[in-house]
Amino acid sequence: MTIDISQFSIRKAHEHLMKKDFSARELAQAHLDVVAEKDADIHAYIEVYDDVLAQADIADKRIASGDVDTLTGIPLAIKDNILISGRKVSAASKILENYHATYDAHVIGLLKKANSVFLGRTNMDEFAMGGSTEHSAYGVTRNPYDLSRVPGGSSGGSAAAVAMGGALAALGSDTGGSVRQPASFCGVVGLKPTYGALSRSGLIAMGSSLDQIGPITKTVSDAEILFKHLRVHDPKDSTSLPAYTQQRSDGKLTIGIPYDFLEKGVDREVRRNFDASVKKLENMGYSCTDIKLPHVKHSLAIYYIIMPAEASTNLARFDGVRYGMRASSDTLLAQYVKTRGAGFGAEVKRRIVLGAYVLSSGYYDAYYNKANSVRNLVAQDFDTVFGANEKRVHAIMTPTAPTPAFPIGERTADPLQMYLADIFTVPANIVGVPALAVPSGVTERGKLPFGVQFMAPHMREDTLFRIGKDFLGEQQ
Amino acid sequence: MISSEDIEKLAALSRIEVSDEEKGKLGSDIESILGYVSEIQDVVTGGITQAEKSPVHNVMREDESPHESGIYTEILLAEAPAREGNFVRVKKILPSNYDD
Repeated sequence: MTIDISQFSIRKAHEHLMKKDFSARELAQAHLDVVAEKDADIHAYIEVYDDVLAQADIADKRIASGDVDTLTGIPLAIKDNILISGRKVSAASKILENYHATYDAHVIGLLKKANSVFLGRTNMDEFAMGGSTEHSAYGVTRNPYDLSRVPGGSSGGSAAAVAMGGALAALGSDTGGSVRQPASFCGVVGLKPTYGALSRSGLIAMGSSLDQIGPITKTVSDAEILFKHLRVHDPKDSTSLPAYTQQRSDGKLTIGIPYDFLEKGVDREVRRNFDASVKKLENMGYSCTDIKLPHVKHSLAIYYIIMPAEASTNLARFDGVRYGMRASSDTLLAQYVKTRGAGFGAEVKRRIVLGAYVLSSGYYDAYYNKANSVRNLVAQDFDTVFGANEKRVHAIMTPTAPTPAFPIGERTADPLQMYLADIFTVPANIVGVPALAVPSGVTERGKLPFGVQFMAPHMREDTLFRIGKDFLGEQQ
Repeated sequence: MISSEDIEKLAALSRIEVSDEEKGKLGSDIESILGYVSEIQDVVTGGITQAEKSPVHNVMREDESPHESGIYTEILLAEAPAREGNFVRVKKILPSNYDD
């Protein structure tokens, strides 16, 4: 049978593999063919592995044995900040150009257990710092819908790989929207799980109180399959949550919309699409209601204090001593300074220096401590609307991003302008709640994807899957 | 107002070499970002701190059951830019006038 992979979800591909309609090898080859055809223009991958078919052969043996997992033989793309033992991983930075991972990330170990197939590592903003994948040391990634536009970021390579049919699904990481915003720009599904749901062990750290690994997929059901497979407690991540089970709520769900948060800076077409999306849910029987999150408007400001503070600390380890690039110099101190000066790109330097500023003794209280206090107020706002009271809502809905994908080069000169692309995605990281981005149509003229985002209380990914499947017309 | 000296000091604290050109751009970028994030200073917080409210708790364990000594030595040292035996080789730490 000829393999038209554009039609495939993980679930469907798995069914075909089980019926022996095609092998894991043929499925992997079909994806490699798409990559060979399209990736010279799109540049979703930094590296396509040379042993993809060998991995697929091992999966085929397992399928023949009958002891199979849903993810066996499924070809996946992995963001270049998630470690696969023995393979290169660079966080799209010069400072890790020839670095090989010395162990498997927890999530990678779980995928290896299922004999998933790793196609390659995907492009990203350096150290996941950015919203457009333009801040990569290895070139920009282009949006499959319009090559003159960005795919979003920082997991832009992962989103573009899935959108172009160059991977059945992908893993990204989301510190302030880096899974959801590129998923939205590329018309695919992106999940940021509850903080602590997926282990961060083996994820190159940026903002440790915010970072989460998340799946980028074609369908909500696929995101659910990956999430459930990877939702395993890990003693190597001290913030990893114990097992939690989710009982499906069968009753009618209420969705809250913070309308006053949507008043400023939202593209008119995005707003029209959002209002139509709300209507669509109402027609399906959801009840949608206006809610107030009085402090949520401060989320981006909180984020641009806490994230650089944590990043400046996390990135202190890149000093040219134990691994990665080393610049030559006469003394150890000069070696640190030169290695980091030459190895880090402009955005990374900006955030490290900003982090040093907000953590310095004269400003610590005014910035870092204050940001943590306001962060708690945002969390309280969420507790209130999700709390046990008659006005409670089961989920919160916003657009995923305030605009569709923007042109390459439009925002690189003005960091603040770039940061605003994350205005709706950052709150879920600030509060630690799960959030799901789903496609909601395309623009009239350019046919660029729109997306909407749902947030749910901690550990209630089940609510997101239920709403997301309804919204996209998938089987529950 | 962020001066060029401020940027130099922060870059030195961060152990990052920055060119004069980078200094100018860093200064203006950081000033505009600080201008934006300073809005939180007007929020009345009532003195709640993160530690009191945070759902994240510290995880402790006994300092025991180490892995077998040496099993990761080769794989880790293989990534070092320079090595000498089982050590990572680095430049001297003290300037040469400290030499005997």
